[in-house]
Amino acid sequence: MIKIKNATYQIPDFSLKIDVKAELDKFYAVLGPSGAGKSTLLSVIAGFEQLKSGTIFLDGKNMAGVGPALRPVSMVFQEHNTFAHLTVWENVGLGISPSLKLSSSDAGKVRDALQKVGLQNYAERTPTELSGGERQRVVLARVLVRNKPILLLDEPFAALDPALRQVMLDLVLKLQREQQLTVLLVTHHPQDALLAADAVIFVNNGQVHPALQTKEFFASRQASIMDYLGRPR
Amino acid sequence: MLKWTAPTFIVGAVLLGLVPLVWFAASHGGLQDLRFDAIVLRVLLFTLKQALLSTLISVVIGLLAARALARRRFYGKSLLLSLFAVPFALPAIVAVLGVTGVYGNQGWLGGIFNIYGLTGIVLVHVFFNVPLATRMFHETLTGIAPENFRLAAQLSFSDRELFRHVEWPVLKNTLPAIFSLIFLLCAASFVVVLTLGGPSATTLEVAIYHALRIDFDVGRALALSILQIILCLILVMSSGQLFLQSPSQIPPQLTGQRFDGGAVLARALDGAAIFLATAIVLPPIAAILFAGVTHLKIDGTLIAAVGFSLMIGIGAALLALCLAWCLAQMKLALSQSLALAALIVPPAVLATGWFLALKSFDFGLPTIILTVIALNGLMALPFAVAVLRARFDLMGRSFDRLCSQLGIAGWNRFWRIDMPFMLPALRQAGLLTFVMSLGDLTAVTLLGSQGLVTLPALIHQQMGNYRSSEAAGTALLLAFTCYGLAVLAQRIGKRDDQN
Repeated sequence: MIKIKNATYQIPDFSLKIDVKAELDKFYAVLGPSGAGKSTLLSVIAGFEQLKSGTIFLDGKNMAGVGPALRPVSMVFQEHNTFAHLTVWENVGLGISPSLKLSSSDAGKVRDALQKVGLQNYAERTPTELSGGERQRVVLARVLVRNKPILLLDEPFAALDPALRQVMLDLVLKLQREQQLTVLLVTHHPQDALLAADAVIFVNNGQVHPALQTKEFFASRQASIMDYLGRPR
Repeated sequence: MLKWTAPTFIVGAVLLGLVPLVWFAASHGGLQDLRFDAIVLRVLLFTLKQALLSTLISVVIGLLAARALARRRFYGKSLLLSLFAVPFALPAIVAVLGVTGVYGNQGWLGGIFNIYGLTGIVLVHVFFNVPLATRMFHETLTGIAPENFRLAAQLSFSDRELFRHVEWPVLKNTLPAIFSLIFLLCAASFVVVLTLGGPSATTLEVAIYHALRIDFDVGRALALSILQIILCLILVMSSGQLFLQSPSQIPPQLTGQRFDGGAVLARALDGAAIFLATAIVLPPIAAILFAGVTHLKIDGTLIAAVGFSLMIGIGAALLALCLAWCLAQMKLALSQSLALAALIVPPAVLATGWFLALKSFDFGLPTIILTVIALNGLMALPFAVAVLRARFDLMGRSFDRLCSQLGIAGWNRFWRIDMPFMLPALRQAGLLTFVMSLGDLTAVTLLGSQGLVTLPALIHQQMGNYRSSEAAGTALLLAFTCYGLAVLAQRIGKRDDQN
């Protein structure tokens, strides 16, 4: 689970106030206008960006001074998630050992993960030989072997066709249920939230608002949310 | 029809260089004399030795410094990167003077090296190419997607694994081309070897010049030329992508934050690499500044030299622009590689051929100036084509469709559409080729006569007559002009990228 309290993130020309809680085994969609700070929120949780003030707890532990490698987090970006010179097998294996020294039980984990995302026959290919959707499946397999309780997705399927996006979303949802992950999905498509999310974290006007149940969010009469969704007031 | 002007001109210029030489050799029994003897072999070996040594030092230090600069953030970093752009804008003769001012007998370090021969040649080449390599590798490394570094941090890669999985895969793609380019620049370097070399330390390019203009041994000159053309052809083919490729379009603000290099050893290594590169680049530049600032004397000779240099610079820039305008629009790879003609056929060969061909007619000052302009134009052509082509690529097909729909063609299209759109690139390429020709000593030495003394030639004369303080003054003037214009060209390029 994630707990961020009284936090501010600040760089020149941009600041973000964060007060948000995300529970174990729940799927959150992060919505809000472009440039509002959705990706910044994920970067702060993953430890790529530092807070100016406030506290951040992941899995009950204070993350002050903890680097990206030691946080209980996996993050998936829109692109550049795989290393083009390594095979699918190696790309997944990196999630277990950065030096790619895998024991036979590790190899079993990689095989299982590839099976779960439907890439069992692609192990020896390189990412360049795969489609965009298949490449993101490789990353999801790596998320599985890393076995971290928090999964952050930064518009991972934005470049995919609508039908494929839905298939991938279903796959994430399935993995989330099986592994009891806390998922934060940044997306530009409110319908992704309707399809998959238990709750919505709305980011706008320099602020990350506390999560609302998905139904509540879409029924909200709050002006900023209605403006974002394009509903007449 | 018009578009064939440039290829015709270039092919003509090359033939005018090669044919008289071969014909002259044949009619003087030079073809039977064509021999690859011990002397020719020794020159070839020295050419390869000095180029290999210079390139290895430049690439290794450049790579380490670029990696250090890419992963460190410190105060004055962008200043340092601009400092590393200075040597590229400096004329070779000015660099020779700067390096001599530091390492030479009378230099700051009191002659710790013997500046004449291999050491001096490598020192100047390293002064030019360490910053060049640093900047090119730095561009490669900062072009890596920021996600890769975040991913590496999350997967707890060590510095070594990060190098193996993130940095090396991109470096691997540019390393061979950068290596070949620097090797080519060192192997074909003329002015540096002419001023610092000697009988036992001479390269193919300089040996060709000596054989033809001083010993008049056409057989040996032909043998040397054949070797030089083969060598340059190989190097141009393996580094050509750097000339013909459009410059990188990634804005620097998108470069990613890095999470590696925290260990003490890594910090020490990075610090040492940055210090070493700076210690190579900064002192000669400082020497040019300090020696020159007290000795700038403006007299009639200097003013005449400025006049000649301007004439040649402007002429060569205009010629290069006209040729580049045609070549940059051509789709065939072959016609674009014509731009590289003067890199493959050595200027010493071209100049000698032209000299032989035109000698029988008239070789007065106007003819000399025209041939110097032509040779400079050809030598600067690859750079002009690269700049213009990047802009033409931006123009793309949509312009053609739009124009044919609106019925804009011919003169109207050129004047109303193409020119305004291309203007920033034309200005940038024009300044770049102007700077290169302004500082050129190669063409002037190869073709020149007593009557034609440009700024670089004046510096060379003053150095030869042991008036090194006057040479320093002239060099400072030239260096300032070249650097100022190069900065202007870069500004135009940057503003162009932002629009």
